[in-house]
Amino acid sequence: MQLLMPALGFFFWTLVAFIIVFLILKKFAWKPILTTLSAREKNIADSIATAERVKNEMAQMKSENEALMAQAREERSALLKEAREAKDRIVHEAKEQAKAEAAKIVADAQAVINQQKMATLVELKNQVGVLVLDVAEKVLRKELGNKPEQEQYIQQLANDIKLN
Amino acid sequence: MAQPKEHETHEQANADHKEGHSEKFNAGESILHHIADSHEFHFFTLGEKHFTMPLPVIVYSPQRGLSMFSSSKFEEGEVAYEGYKLEHDKIVAVDASGNVDESVKAYDFSITKNVFQMLLAVILLIWIMTSIAKKYKAQGHNVAPSGFQNAVEPVITFVRDDVAKPNLGHKYEKYMPYLLTVFFFILINNIIGLIPGSANVTGNIAFTALLAVISFIVIMISTNGHFWGHIFWPPGVPFLVKLILIPVELLSIFIKPAALMIRLFANMTAGHIVILSFVSLIFIFGQMATVAGWGFTPVSIAFSVFIYFIEILVAFIQAFIFTNLTAVFIGQAFEGEHHDEAHAH
Repeated sequence: MQLLMPALGFFFWTLVAFIIVFLILKKFAWKPILTTLSAREKNIADSIATAERVKNEMAQMKSENEALMAQAREERSALLKEAREAKDRIVHEAKEQAKAEAAKIVADAQAVINQQKMATLVELKNQVGVLVLDVAEKVLRKELGNKPEQEQYIQQLANDIKLN
Repeated sequence: MAQPKEHETHEQANADHKEGHSEKFNAGESILHHIADSHEFHFFTLGEKHFTMPLPVIVYSPQRGLSMFSSSKFEEGEVAYEGYKLEHDKIVAVDASGNVDESVKAYDFSITKNVFQMLLAVILLIWIMTSIAKKYKAQGHNVAPSGFQNAVEPVITFVRDDVAKPNLGHKYEKYMPYLLTVFFFILINNIIGLIPGSANVTGNIAFTALLAVISFIVIMISTNGHFWGHIFWPPGVPFLVKLILIPVELLSIFIKPAALMIRLFANMTAGHIVILSFVSLIFIFGQMATVAGWGFTPVSIAFSVFIYFIEILVAFIQAFIFTNLTAVFIGQAFEGEHHDEAHAH
């Protein structure tokens, strides 16, 4: 069977061809292709890892932002509350102060009024005293002149006083 | 559809040629002629005129030295030239009177049909792969593959991820160039061998024998003490069984590459024979009656086309199987080491 007998020539040329193909392709094809493929695979794996990391970072940042926002909201409401309290306190204090001031002014005025009233009363008393002395003087002088007339005169004075 | 038809005309031409000589179509002889190697590329025959491409004949003989001349000098085996003659496509030395001279040994290193086509395939393969590699080098790893890269890259990653890595473990990188070369070398020769009229390169036992020898060498280089220990002293079996197992194991070293050789050869040759047989049916029927020949033509072509598609599949499968089994055998050669490391981890 010629079919099953390996021909020396073809065997030899196949050997030559295979070695040439192997050497050329090893250096000029397989090496660059395989290194590029593994580099690309590494690149893709790295990119996926980076994307995952960035995603995680984003999620973390988002939660941090939310925490910050919540804190800010809390602070704002605390500030508002404080401000309201301060306003109330100030208004209250002002009212109290005004009330106290008013009371003081009223008290002062009353004191002045009382003082003046007292002064007026003293003057009045003095005046009355003077008048009484005058009248008593005049009466005494009349009494020494004419009795009936004195009496009449007293009467008259008395009437005058009433009229006064 | 065009391919088997072309094949058919080729066959027909050949049949005509044969009939011109013997008036009888011999299917078996014709098929074997088609799948065998030849010293000329025979395209077709019109009437009595043969359209062939003569190929260089290179013969070395210890007595006569090296001779180089065109195969056309033999004139289809009719004439002796420089003391050599073509007998059944085999070069034999002849003496001055033209009789076969058994005393002169002739070593035939001719660029035959198979060699010529294989060299073309090699040039094509180198051109394809280096141009793709250039693209990889030029674009770097940040650019998505484009064009023919997309056709080759999945095959390369397939060989790497499904052939090399599972069988060779962490050592796979060392064997990648060899496995890729074997795969594409077989694949491109399988595919070109399917073109009608082309030579049956991968269906030639010399071709598969060479590949088997190389894989045998690679397997032997990869062996370690553990591998030989298992062969010469199989562990865990009684002594008498060991005596039986040792020759069996020793033989298995040679049977593995031999199986690789026969598998590829038989698959490719069988495919060609089946297609040629279906085509030959036309002429067998045609010899009974011309109408029968014409009538059977569509059936024959339909079957040929069907087998052709299977052959395209087989071209890929056989390249894969050869590469995969080589990887498996290499993996077995240093398997023990792998286990030891697994324990150490």
